[in-house]
Amino acid sequence: MLTYALRRLVSLALSLAVASLVIFLVVEVAPGDPAAYMLGTGAQPDTIEALRSELGLDQPRLERYLSWAGGMLTGDFGTSYTYRAPVAQMVADRLWVSLPLALYALALSTLLAFPAGLYAAARRGRAGDVAVMGATQLGIAIPNFWFAMLLVLLFAINLGWFGAGGFPGWEQPLAAIKALTLPAVALALPQAAILARVLRSALIDILGEDFIRTARAKGLTRFEALWRHGLRNALIPVLTIVGLQFSFLLAGAIIIEQVFFLPGLGRLIFQAISQRDLIVVESVVMLLVFAVILVTFLTDLAYAWVDPRLRRRA
Amino acid sequence: MTPRILAPLAALAFAAAPALAQENDLTLAIQLEPPHLDPTSAAAGAIDSVLYANVFEGLTRFAADGSVEPALATEWEISEDGLTYTFTLRSGVTFHDGTDFTAEDVKFTLDRARAEDSTNAQKVLFEAIEEVNAVDPQTVEVRLSRPEGAFLSNLAWGDAVIVAEESIADIKQTPIGTGPFRFEQWVQGDRIELARFEEYWGEAPALEAATFRFIADPTAAFAAVMAGDVDAFAGFPAPENLPQFESDPRFTVITGSTEGETILAMNNAREPFDDPVVREAVAHAIDRQAIIDGAMYGIGTPIGTHFAPHNPDYVDLTELSAHDPEKARKLLQEAGLEEGLTVSLKLPPPSYARRGGEIVAAQLREVGITAEIQTLEWAQWLEEVFGNHDFDLTIVSHTEPMDINIYARDDYYFGYDSPAFDEIMTELDATAEPVARSELLKAAQEKIAEDYVNGYLFQLALPTVADARLEGLWENQPTQANPLAGVHWTE
Repeated sequence: MLTYALRRLVSLALSLAVASLVIFLVVEVAPGDPAAYMLGTGAQPDTIEALRSELGLDQPRLERYLSWAGGMLTGDFGTSYTYRAPVAQMVADRLWVSLPLALYALALSTLLAFPAGLYAAARRGRAGDVAVMGATQLGIAIPNFWFAMLLVLLFAINLGWFGAGGFPGWEQPLAAIKALTLPAVALALPQAAILARVLRSALIDILGEDFIRTARAKGLTRFEALWRHGLRNALIPVLTIVGLQFSFLLAGAIIIEQVFFLPGLGRLIFQAISQRDLIVVESVVMLLVFAVILVTFLTDLAYAWVDPRLRRRA
Repeated sequence: MTPRILAPLAALAFAAAPALAQENDLTLAIQLEPPHLDPTSAAAGAIDSVLYANVFEGLTRFAADGSVEPALATEWEISEDGLTYTFTLRSGVTFHDGTDFTAEDVKFTLDRARAEDSTNAQKVLFEAIEEVNAVDPQTVEVRLSRPEGAFLSNLAWGDAVIVAEESIADIKQTPIGTGPFRFEQWVQGDRIELARFEEYWGEAPALEAATFRFIADPTAAFAAVMAGDVDAFAGFPAPENLPQFESDPRFTVITGSTEGETILAMNNAREPFDDPVVREAVAHAIDRQAIIDGAMYGIGTPIGTHFAPHNPDYVDLTELSAHDPEKARKLLQEAGLEEGLTVSLKLPPPSYARRGGEIVAAQLREVGITAEIQTLEWAQWLEEVFGNHDFDLTIVSHTEPMDINIYARDDYYFGYDSPAFDEIMTELDATAEPVARSELLKAAQEKIAEDYVNGYLFQLALPTVADARLEGLWENQPTQANPLAGVHWTE
């Protein structure tokens, strides 16, 4: 297990180093100057120059890359060009919205997907299965931002149970959870649909295995056999999907954050790109890369935990 | 599946019922979030929308009708030659951190704005200043190097608000001014909270607290107003929904005018628009009302020059460039372009430009001009169009108040160069007498309209949707601002 983890760790570090260079180059090449953006159409060239030098944008690229990458190693992400606040602090603030939202959505999607997938697999080919599969098809087909608008229309405007968006902050925990509920549902539904389908087909594959036949032969119902012996064996593909989904939920909530005007990471990066707040873009993208790589790493470890054979092979 | 979701949701909804709108606070939504909170070192826009006349004040200020009135200066004397301004400052004014407002703060503010390394986005406002002297704590003397007729109005801009040296280091995160509201907190990406400043020198505001929220997406804006999350939305971004709010007794819709002259800018410095005849052809090819109806859902006032129609000195010159495709085709023939021509039309993100651009391109096609549309982000637009002058046509709204003087700037993006116009501007600067100034402003408007410098489309309107019980919001936007001191709830 340890060598397996170590090898994974080295490839993680290498991926990060390459990613930082690619991100920096791509972001720097994009046209547009943060100082010109800040000062707008009334500013004179010498004012823009003054701001550029105040922001350190007149330094050579290599120097800026090294100080950015070096700073990150010590946890210093630099200072935002537009907000003039430490990037690390800004990202941390936003993570307090995005991370709970992603976890909330992930929990909802897992809670929906497991019963649905188990039920459909147990009822394979019967009316119940057809109904669940039909519903998941719909869940995948509906774009989540459109579903989000429907949720707002029903629960915020017509019924008035929820606000239409915004985030009150964690000082009011109940209100905060409430504010994240509609976005989490909107994010979770398509994910739940995908997960339920994956779980169902993984379980169906297993239903044909000898050990399930043995379990049935000793008198377990189809459902009991699936629950006791099938589920654990179906977890590998499901974990892969859950891992991918978590990364998606963290990074891919940009549109949902826009619909519910939530101050999350997605919105920060969206704003930063349009304002050419390069250092924020670079740092947030880097952080997302890190998160994705880390989740993949953890998923790999989880495989090994679920399936002892993987441990021995490593 | 449905009942399973609904039950816990319903429980949650009742557990934390939304607080009812109270009569002493206000939540106002605007589209753009400020990048930081120092109006004196970034393009105003969103910063002024939150802070102007709420947190920060200048020596003078714009009133709701656009006139300039005393603020931190109670009166002033102008010397015979127009070069020395002596301001008497209001006494008993304190900053939100408790320090006194004195002549030293004025000197600090003006010297900082005009310094060599200043990052003031409107540094040009202070260019004429030669020296600022704090004569005594209540008196400031400003000496100019040349007469500047618009000096008092320059000082009313958001870029000229008074800041204190003691609080300048943290101003971008913690703004400290002298206004009726003090800054409470900023939850980045979500909201800025202000609270009534109890030691305010003027009349105390009716509101105890105000929250500005930032909602960029038009659909989200609609939902937020409908669901009652916000009490008002200034600059409501979904004009297509306005009729729905107008017919709903819970809301009022205020359609105010702004200082935003929306123009089809032409690159006067290069072919084919260096030829005034071609520019005149474009001007006649355009049907302003069709653009206003199509792109702005009917809100906006047609303009014929670069000047705000609500200004008393405005001259209606729309007839000079009336919609006349036949004439446009003839003019193109006259310019030797009967074969037609292909030009670029670069559009920044706002909907007036994107939607208006499609209509402009269709209208130009009618007369034989093919406009190839390119959509740009703001940062790209600033670099390509505004910075490098690499464009033929673009649509943009110039939102600064009284900005006709941009036509006198050297090397400005639309490349207009007219000694005759520059002369009018120089004379205007040297003139303080109101009637003479008015005549000069009119002459300037006529000059650029006759030269067909740009296509003048419409004055940008600013729709505000508000709770019907709310009173005192600014109707028009003489400068980009939402002063809340006079806002109150009625029964």
